[in-house]
Amino acid sequence: MVPLTWYLYLGAILFTIGLAGVLLKRNALIVMMSVELMLNAANLTFLAFARQFGNVSGHAVAFFVIAVAAAEASVGLAIIIAIYRTRGGINVDEVRALRE
Amino acid sequence: MTGEIFVFGLFATLAVVAAGGVLVSRNSVYAAMNLVAAFFFLAGIYVLLVAHLIAFMQILVYAGAVMVLFLFVIMLLSIGDEHLVKERTKAMQLVGVLGAVGLAAVLGTAITEAGERTAEMPALPATFGTVKAVGNVLFTDYLLPFEATSLLLLVAIVGAVVVAKERI
Repeated sequence: MVPLTWYLYLGAILFTIGLAGVLLKRNALIVMMSVELMLNAANLTFLAFARQFGNVSGHAVAFFVIAVAAAEASVGLAIIIAIYRTRGGINVDEVRALRE
Repeated sequence: MTGEIFVFGLFATLAVVAAGGVLVSRNSVYAAMNLVAAFFFLAGIYVLLVAHLIAFMQILVYAGAVMVLFLFVIMLLSIGDEHLVKERTKAMQLVGVLGAVGLAAVLGTAITEAGERTAEMPALPATFGTVKAVGNVLFTDYLLPFEATSLLLLVAIVGAVVVAKERI
């Protein structure tokens, strides 16, 4: 039997990789992919605890996380398209003005 | 029992390698492909956690819908000038690495401490993680969040169209 902590360590590693991507990358698309990775790591933790305590509520929460991630991806990609159209690039460091 | 550990080790290693691939690949398409691989391996881990429905939805929604959306946007923007994107300044990179390492340290200590108090994973009823069991919880205890999610998806659809379209 794989112990709970192994799943938690895996989730922590994936979350850290996602955070490093958000902090280090400048391509807005890769930043969004890293956010998806972090959401998946959180999902893994939810499912691990659901398995540990035999409670299906964790699965319901994971379901909601997947729905929110889909909504986030659609709106985020739309914003990236709009930024690309107005500024000609998707470098997150150059998008710093609220209004120009 | 050793079979379970072997499968976990295999999928976990591959998932971490694929997630690292998202981080190191310079080309957006390669990063997206690495992310698809990571989602598939994570779905395998979910099956190991007796979450069959969520594993199925992971492949259907993430590896299917969301990643196709990502690839569409990558193709649409046709960013060929990847070499023009300068790397972040050294100070910013240092701070980023420090933040990631700090988070890893905090999470690692927290899990190690919590692990000393957790018991062995219990045996589960045969219905755990099935569509019936999850649907039952979803439509009774989580009915309001479920309806709110449908509203959220509607708002996301309208918002994506409004933001991305040049002229309404």
